[in-house]
Amino acid sequence: MTGNAIIEFNHVKKQYDDNVILKDIDLEIERGKFYTLLGPSGCGKTTILNLVAGFTEATEGTITLNGKKVNDIPPNQRTVNTVFQDYALFPHMNVFENVAFGLRIKKMNKNVIKEKVAEVLKMVQLSGYEERGISEMSGGQRQRVAIARALVNEPDVLLLDEPLSALDLKLRTDMQYELRELQQRLGITFIFVTHDQEEALAMSDIIFVMKEGEIVQSGTPVDIYDEPINRYVADFIGESNIVKGTMIQDYEVSFVGHTFECVDAGMRPNEKVEVVLRPEDLVLTSVEKGKLTVQVDTQLFRGVHYEIIGYDRDGNEWMVHSTKKAKVGSEVGLYFEPEDIHVMRFGESEQEFDARLESYEEE
Amino acid sequence: MKQNKALYFVPYTFWLILFVIAPILLIIYQSFFNIHDDFTLENYQTYFQSGTYLKMTLNSFWYAFLITLFTLLISYPTAYLLTKTKHKQLWLLLIILPTWINLLLKAYAFIGIFSMNGTANQFLSFMGIAPQQILFTDASFLFVATYIEIPFMILPIYNALEELNPSLISASYDLGANSWQTFRRVVFPLSLTGVKSGVQAVFIPSLSLFMLTRLIGGNRVITLGTAIEQHFLVTENWGMGSTIGVFLIIAMVLTMLLTGEKKKKGAIR
Repeated sequence: MTGNAIIEFNHVKKQYDDNVILKDIDLEIERGKFYTLLGPSGCGKTTILNLVAGFTEATEGTITLNGKKVNDIPPNQRTVNTVFQDYALFPHMNVFENVAFGLRIKKMNKNVIKEKVAEVLKMVQLSGYEERGISEMSGGQRQRVAIARALVNEPDVLLLDEPLSALDLKLRTDMQYELRELQQRLGITFIFVTHDQEEALAMSDIIFVMKEGEIVQSGTPVDIYDEPINRYVADFIGESNIVKGTMIQDYEVSFVGHTFECVDAGMRPNEKVEVVLRPEDLVLTSVEKGKLTVQVDTQLFRGVHYEIIGYDRDGNEWMVHSTKKAKVGSEVGLYFEPEDIHVMRFGESEQEFDARLESYEEE
Repeated sequence: MKQNKALYFVPYTFWLILFVIAPILLIIYQSFFNIHDDFTLENYQTYFQSGTYLKMTLNSFWYAFLITLFTLLISYPTAYLLTKTKHKQLWLLLIILPTWINLLLKAYAFIGIFSMNGTANQFLSFMGIAPQQILFTDASFLFVATYIEIPFMILPIYNALEELNPSLISASYDLGANSWQTFRRVVFPLSLTGVKSGVQAVFIPSLSLFMLTRLIGGNRVITLGTAIEQHFLVTENWGMGSTIGVFLIIAMVLTMLLTGEKKKKGAIR
C-alpha cells in the first residue's frame, strides 16, 4: 500500500447479533484529502465513522491508523476527533471551556491553552464569543464551536457525522464552502458522512457511495457523476433518466428503438445494459433535429431551469432540465452528444468496472 | 377563557391557604405569646439565651447533615449503576417499593431487628460476638434514617443521569478524556441538579425527624422536631413550640435557597 495512507480497513466486518451492518469493507484513506461517505440512512456509513473513532469495535478485520493496528485502542487514545451530528457541546461550560476541554485533559500550560483556543476560534470566526454559554449560541455558531473543539487538538483525521443536517439551506451552503476551505487550508484529512448527494459532490475529493453495508463505488465526484457503476448510484447521485438498452458492439448502443454512437466499450456484443442520460445533458430542439422525440407532459419552473417531464412513443419517461420553456402537450426533439450516454452493465463489481474502463481508455 | 383557567386553581389555592399559609401565620402569631398568654418576645429571647435550644438547632443540622451525607454516598453510585443495568424499571420499582410502606411500620420492624434478642444480635452471636446494645444508639438512628431516605435521593439523581445525552460522553472520550476524567468533568457536573433536589428532599425532612429519634434513637438524639413535639404535647408551652417552629421554617427556606437552581453565567472551572 502507498505510504500516504492514513487509515486502512482490511476486510472489516461489523455485526450486532445476526444483524450485519458492514460486510467486508476494504478502504484506504489518504492523508490530506476530503472524503465523503454517502448513502441513505442505515447503509453503515456512520458505523465506519464510529469504527475509526473507536466508539465501536469491528467484528472481523483490521483497522489501521498511521500504519498501526487500532482495533483495541480506546477512542481517547486515537489521534482522531469527531464533530457530532448533534454537536455534543457540553452545556455546563462556556465556549472557551468547551474548546479547551481536550487541551485541559492533556494538562497543557494555561497560557498555551488560551493562545490555541483564541487561534482556533478566530479560524471559525467566533473570536469574542469565549464567555458565551452554549444555550446562547445559534445552530450555526454551535456547529463552529464543535468544529473548533475538535480541530484545536490537531487531529490526524477529523470525522464529521452529518454536521450540516440540522442547519437551514442557506447556512448549509455557506458551511459547505467554509468546511471545504478549512480542510484545504489545514491539510487535515476529513471524513464526512452525509446522505445529501449535493453536499458530497460539492465538497469531496473522493466519494464512497454506500448501500446496505457495502461500498458500491468510490471515486472523484466527477467520475461518479459521469460514470455511475449501476442504477443505484446513478439514481442516488443527481437526477437521471435510466432506460434499458443493448450494446450492439463497442461504441454503439441501442435503446428506445434506435442505435446511437457512444463512448463505452469492453462489453460482449448484444449484451443487455442500462443507459443513463442526465436531464441537463438533454437539449430541447425541433422534432427533426432531435435524436429522440417526446411529448411534453408536465413542466415545473425550478428557478435556475425548467424541469420538463415528457414521454416517448414507448412510454419511457424523460426528464429534461432546460433554460428554455416547452409547451405542455407539444412534441419536441431531444438532442444529446455521444459522450452524454453512460452505459451500465448489470451486476458489475467495482474492480471489473475499473478494469474495463482502463482497458479501452488506454487504447 | 382566562376565567376558565383561573377556575382550575381554586381547589389548590384553597388548600394552600388553609393548610400552608394559615398554619405558618398561626405559628408566627403564637410564637409571640408566652405560657401565660402575654404578648411578648420572651420566647425568642429564651431561644437565643438558653444554650439548650441553640444546641438543639445545631444538633438537628448535624444529624440532618450526616443523614444526607450517608444517603448521598450510598445513592449516587447506586443511581449510576442503575442507569447501566438492563432491567431499569424493575430495579427502580424495588427501590421505590419500601416508600409505600408506612414509616411507623418500618420503625417498629427495626426495633425488632435491633433489639437485644433481635436478628442483628442473633447474627452477632452466631459470629461469636456477645449481644450488643444496638437500639437507642446514634448509629442505629442514623442507619434507619438513612435507610428511609435513600429512595428520595436515588430517584432525582437517577433521573438526572438518565437525561444525560450519551453523545456528550462519547465527545469526552473523543477529546482524550479517560473514564474518570469523563465522570469528573462531564457526568458529575451535569448530574448536580439531581443531587441538589435529592439533598433538598432528604435534608429538609431530616431536620424535623422526631418519631425516629424517639423509637430508634431512644430520645438520645434530640432535634428541633423532638423539642416541638415536647412543647406542644408535654409541657403545653405552645408559644415556645411555635418559636422553634419558626426557626425550623427559616432553616428549611435557607436550605432551599442554598440548594436551589441558580442562574449560572459562564463556566464551572
